[in-house]
Amino acid sequence: MQELLSIKYDVESGDFIRGGEASSSIKKLLQQLGIKADIIKRICVACYEAEMNIVIHSLGGYIEAKIFNNKIEIVAKDKGPGIENIDLAMKEGYSTAPEYAREMGFGGGMGLPNMKKSCDEFYIESKIGEYTEVRMVVYF
Amino acid sequence: MKVKDIMNSLNLKILAGENGLDKDARGVYCCDLLSWVMSHAKSQNVWITVQIHTNIVAIASLLELSCIIIPESIEVEENTLEKANEENIPILQSDLTSYQLCVKLNQLGIDE
Repeated sequence: MQELLSIKYDVESGDFIRGGEASSSIKKLLQQLGIKADIIKRICVACYEAEMNIVIHSLGGYIEAKIFNNKIEIVAKDKGPGIENIDLAMKEGYSTAPEYAREMGFGGGMGLPNMKKSCDEFYIESKIGEYTEVRMVVYF
Repeated sequence: MKVKDIMNSLNLKILAGENGLDKDARGVYCCDLLSWVMSHAKSQNVWITVQIHTNIVAIASLLELSCIIIPESIEVEENTLEKANEENIPILQSDLTSYQLCVKLNQLGIDE
């Protein structure tokens, strides 16, 4: 298993204007590598949800994508409040998004479940008051 | 059917993304909950939404949707239009409601 390349994007808290840019860059990169469209779509869904979670819920963080010859591994890590109850957060429809984010169409409680569904492997770890880290793997 | 054919047939006003008018449109997706759109809309769909902030362009671009139609003459934020121009995502505006738009799109022969 050979690592071809790795890139890291900073994601700022509350930056809805640039939110989605990391996902968009990763998508373009995968297209250049000739990865199949349906695989790219799954990666985009997972990556976008992770990116917007950092924008909405955290104090800022990063998205790191490591591309291997057979898979992509995406790590989304933030500094912030963390998740109190991960099992609850993984339930569709459960959301702690603030009112303004809901008005923008976010906060449907679909983000984490969407990520899990879109990936082949999904890991989440969080420490209250410190961080949340999501690691996702999709095979090509 | 091309996006520009839909624009002309439904008398839609183009607000941004003119360079994308030659895209092929297939099917319609109508929803304002972004994660739901993210996981259910299909590439080339026409997307009807009342959301007007920049992230709708990010979603349309990531999913390769053909265009965004904004119902009920809602004004769209300026930075959304700028981003749509950069990404060549047509943003079209109508005075019809989302439901009326769906009916008209169906009459045009666009399936789900």
